Amino acid sequence: MSDTRTAAPDAASVLEAARLVLERDLTLALRRRGQLVQPLAFFVIVTTLFPLAISPELARLREVAAGVLWVAALLASLLALEFLFRDDAYDGTLEQYALSGQPLTGLMFAKTAAHWLLTGLPLALMAPLAALSLGAPPDAVPGIVASVAVGTIALSLIGSIGAALTLGLRRSGVLLALLTLPLSLPVLIFGARASELAIHGEPYVAPLELLAALAVLGITLAPLASAAAVRISLE
Amino acid sequence: MPREGLEVENLHLWRGEHHVLRGVGFALPRGGCLHVTGPNGAGKTSLLRAACGLLYPESGRLLWDGRDVHEDLPTFHSVLMYIGHEAPLKADLSARENLRYWIGTRRRIGRDTLGAALQRVGATAWSERPARTLSAGQRRRVALAALSLLLVPLWLLDEPTTNLDAEGQQLVGTLIEEHLARGGLVLAATHHELPLPRSRVQRLELTHE
Repeated sequence: MSDTRTAAPDAASVLEAARLVLERDLTLALRRRGQLVQPLAFFVIVTTLFPLAISPELARLREVAAGVLWVAALLASLLALEFLFRDDAYDGTLEQYALSGQPLTGLMFAKTAAHWLLTGLPLALMAPLAALSLGAPPDAVPGIVASVAVGTIALSLIGSIGAALTLGLRRSGVLLALLTLPLSLPVLIFGARASELAIHGEPYVAPLELLAALAVLGITLAPLASAAAVRISLE
Repeated sequence: MPREGLEVENLHLWRGEHHVLRGVGFALPRGGCLHVTGPNGAGKTSLLRAACGLLYPESGRLLWDGRDVHEDLPTFHSVLMYIGHEAPLKADLSARENLRYWIGTRRRIGRDTLGAALQRVGATAWSERPARTLSAGQRRRVALAALSLLLVPLWLLDEPTTNLDAEGQQLVGTLIEEHLARGGLVLAATHHELPLPRSRVQRLELTHE
């Protein structure tokens, strides 16, 4: 007879649970590629609109390249944010996570990590293409990739708080943007600065470090906040 | 020695302006099954959700083995399994994958254990199909497989027999009886009869007033 008095001896650790949550979100995203491609397509389209609207002169485009790149990246990552928790809230998955006995913070971190792997990382990989078409020199590519990669980590984490807070609302898109964009301003400022310095061939480590500091701050605090917000939304 | 099992004392719960639970109380010992009945909107689901600590009642106490569960919710959650009236399945994952990701966050399970649980609920033939193509009864059966995989003491079941055929309902009865026999507790909210001998079941009737 199995002992029903305590939790099972083969209970999963929080790391195992988080790994499964991550794997599940990645599997789901690969089965529904449409959602995956949307932010990327948006990013590419927005950045290719600028040469048409401003001027095809690379020298002029180069002046605005960093800003265009970063505004497009920010909006693209925002686009995917609405789906971060929504489906899981509808079908009761979040409820099961909250009742799993595992720290919800850890599971939220895993979900946010999956979100970054599916939006932030592809954006960082696409960024060189967009940058080159905006007149950035090839030497700037490492700096741009690094700044977008690190910056989107912070964006995903900040966004996870907004996404969790707006879970109970039906049309959350605009409110989510209003909540998330002001908090994302530091990321935008340092990210654009790092990219701009990279484009001009100057050292860009200082703003990149500040971006990394923001990402670390997000990693420590954002999962706590989104876990709390999810619990409230379940009530 | 504190009393073992689940105790609910004088629970009052408000949802907005609506006083849903008005002083509900019961004691469920080990091996006990409580059938919560009542008309639609009487607060059956709210009682279940309050009993697993998802809803915070305005007043009243919830005790597990004599200790207030709100002092340590994660520990309480690790001894319970709550299944709402919709099984939390992802449309794009198969029944097997759904179970693996759902139960895997709580317990290490091997392929064989998973296969045996699926077989038990008669899901072997369709366990690889995406959940999108499953009927409501089949989705219910996946939830039953989840229940049988996770050997936690306290089961909270919302409408466990809905959408199931006669054989499926009997399966619910058998699973509950086995669980009670090993000292488990079951709190089931349904306005149907539970497929169990009446002598095994306590009843709690919720009303609007």
